[in-house]
Amino acid sequence: MVRNNIRGGEARAGWLFTAPAVIIIGVFLVLPIFLAVFVSFSDWNGRGSPLGNAELIGTDNYAAVLTEEGLSQRDFGTAIRNNLYYVLGVVPLQTALALFLAVQVNRRILKGRGFFRTAFYFPSVTSSIAITTIFIFLFAGSGAVNGIISWFGVDGPNWFADPSGVGHKILGVFGVGAAGPLADGGMLGLSWYDWLSGPSVAMCVLIILAVFTTSGTFMLLFLAALQNVSQEVQEAAAIDGAGPFRTFFSVTLPLLKPTLFTVLTLGLIGTWQVFDQVYLAGGGDPGKTTLTPAYLAYQASFENLDWGEGTAISFLLFLIIVTFTLIQRWVLRDRDAGRSGLRREKRAVQRLRADAEAAKLGGNADAGRGIVR
Amino acid sequence: MRRKMLSVAALAGGAALVLAGCSGGGGGDSTETLTVLIGTSGDAETAAVTAAADAWSAESGVDVEVKVAANLTEELATGFAGDDPPDLFYMSWDQFQTYAGNGYLESYGDDLPNAGDFYPTFRDEYTFDGEFVCAPKDFSTLGLIINTDMWAEAGLTDADIPTDWESLTAAATALTTPEHVGLSFGQEYARIGVFMAQAGGSIVDGDEIVADSPENLEGLEYVKSLYDAGVLRFPAEIDAGWGGEALGAGKAAMVIEGPWIKGIEGDFPDTNYASYELPAGPGGPATFSFTNCWGIPEGSPTAEDTVSLVEFLTSDDQQVEFANAYGVLPSSEAAAQTYADSNAAIAGFVAGADYAVTPVAFDGAAAVTSEFNARLADFATADFASILADFQAQLEAAYADAQ
Repeated sequence: MVRNNIRGGEARAGWLFTAPAVIIIGVFLVLPIFLAVFVSFSDWNGRGSPLGNAELIGTDNYAAVLTEEGLSQRDFGTAIRNNLYYVLGVVPLQTALALFLAVQVNRRILKGRGFFRTAFYFPSVTSSIAITTIFIFLFAGSGAVNGIISWFGVDGPNWFADPSGVGHKILGVFGVGAAGPLADGGMLGLSWYDWLSGPSVAMCVLIILAVFTTSGTFMLLFLAALQNVSQEVQEAAAIDGAGPFRTFFSVTLPLLKPTLFTVLTLGLIGTWQVFDQVYLAGGGDPGKTTLTPAYLAYQASFENLDWGEGTAISFLLFLIIVTFTLIQRWVLRDRDAGRSGLRREKRAVQRLRADAEAAKLGGNADAGRGIVR
Repeated sequence: MRRKMLSVAALAGGAALVLAGCSGGGGGDSTETLTVLIGTSGDAETAAVTAAADAWSAESGVDVEVKVAANLTEELATGFAGDDPPDLFYMSWDQFQTYAGNGYLESYGDDLPNAGDFYPTFRDEYTFDGEFVCAPKDFSTLGLIINTDMWAEAGLTDADIPTDWESLTAAATALTTPEHVGLSFGQEYARIGVFMAQAGGSIVDGDEIVADSPENLEGLEYVKSLYDAGVLRFPAEIDAGWGGEALGAGKAAMVIEGPWIKGIEGDFPDTNYASYELPAGPGGPATFSFTNCWGIPEGSPTAEDTVSLVEFLTSDDQQVEFANAYGVLPSSEAAAQTYADSNAAIAGFVAGADYAVTPVAFDGAAAVTSEFNARLADFATADFASILADFQAQLEAAYADAQ
């Protein structure tokens, strides 16, 4: 009985202390999500509360963007395609750049490390709206970027107004056009040729913008992890005869794997949800080549009053993000050694055996030479 | 223990107060102040609407608050979702059918004593299901706006003012120099569409979608011929945000815009321009008209007061005052005539009202139009026949949904 009394009081106090957080998260996060799930299956037109003003219509909203041929499906397909190229462009580039910057500012010999750290981090703390606006000016047809390019005698494109896809340009070199063999078939209302468009020139600017703004944040994560890599491990690698590149790729990078996982996950989530840059760059212009699912959901809800379709797009986006994160987790899963690792291990064992044989034959003087090599 | 109870009570009380504060406005005091939500073109418009609302307030004794929306569509949508829409708001032409189709709007048009004064085209535009829903606030038509200095420089005279496609091509060619192009206008249906209409084409004919007609194709091909000749460039290609900026910054000698062109005087005070009716095509003269109406939310408890406010705001005198303040044209025929007589610079825009058509705007058409605009983005290589065929199919689907 005594024990019950003490524990009982603790539980009550525990609930009391967590109550504010539970209530806030429940009211502002969990309930809205459930309400949004309801809306995505309903015909709510945005008047009054969805509860009581809407009827469930099954999966019609999801069918409109996934299976029913029409404009909604085509828009959704276009948005997915654009965002896919955006993700493929941004995530590898920003991760590589962040890692590179982190390694540079982590070097002891570098003078003024504090300055560089701040400088690289600066774009991350600046509002993305401000940076996008500046980019719009920089990349205008007669802007600074084209001015610099023209010094080399190149006539730069009109970046934000150019809807032509990079992939289509490459296909064009090989003589594959819109009417070619890729014109048939396709998915989500777009032909295979449309899917292979690559990012448009305008989208490429948004990719550069995202890499520029986010690599600073991720540099910070890598920097924290790098400072946890103990000096002894590095020294041990050096004594074993590993050069700087070998040390980095075989010792430092594997130690950074948990951070790499974090950075890739955050990068994937952030890039699939891109909205503000698109909103500012003209809401999908030029030619819907910068349209993304997040913006499409906004447009369907606020402009076309198709709230059901808008929320359905949001949940499809959620599923896409979860899928990509799972794939990424599987790729980066913990393995003792990958296929190349196994190969390397086999070669090392063979070399050791051969050296041992040689040592046996050649006497003790040469023993161990091969191991140090 | 007692102290804990007290603090819990205090916390709960505080939370209740905060929540009550947030939900304010939903109570029974809604008759006290009318809220008018506008999307403004600038300080001149805000000041004019506020002054008019205050004048009505003094007359009727009902307080009015004019609020400026940063993003009208967004703020209206959240207002309606929260069951707390403004009492009166600007309803844009391209969203009217969507809002009316979803039952957002109160039909009050026929209750207005001045309902008969409006241009019949605009009454039709704001009619949904046979009911005149809301009063057109004002209107604008598209005209041809010419930089008069460049005109004189090119040696052109009043006799050369374009009246048909041929003379438009000639003028645009004469006005094209290495520094500026002859003609520019937005790369979108709301501008290019006038050429389709001038060729005799239309989008909806009665209950039928006729977007893929040979006339529409002819209109697009005429625009293409100007483009290929290098005398037409779209604003984005010459580093301008819109036609007005292209004209003001001297990047284009002629643009197709509406009376809102007046707005460039602030940024480009040295640009001299004059506006004319759009040239006629093989199918006769044609232009687009754009209007907004005064929307009242369906079932609004303050409808009686707001309808009287709308009557005041759409009266002939008040409309002429608005027109003088920020360049729109009065939606009442008599007032428009009065205004045109006193202001020769905009006579061309008013004359356009006689044959102006409104761009296609049924529920769902906006999404199809934006797809059409997206397809036109690659103008130099676009296949117009297939674009019009898709336009036709998508409009048919949207029209079937809207019925």
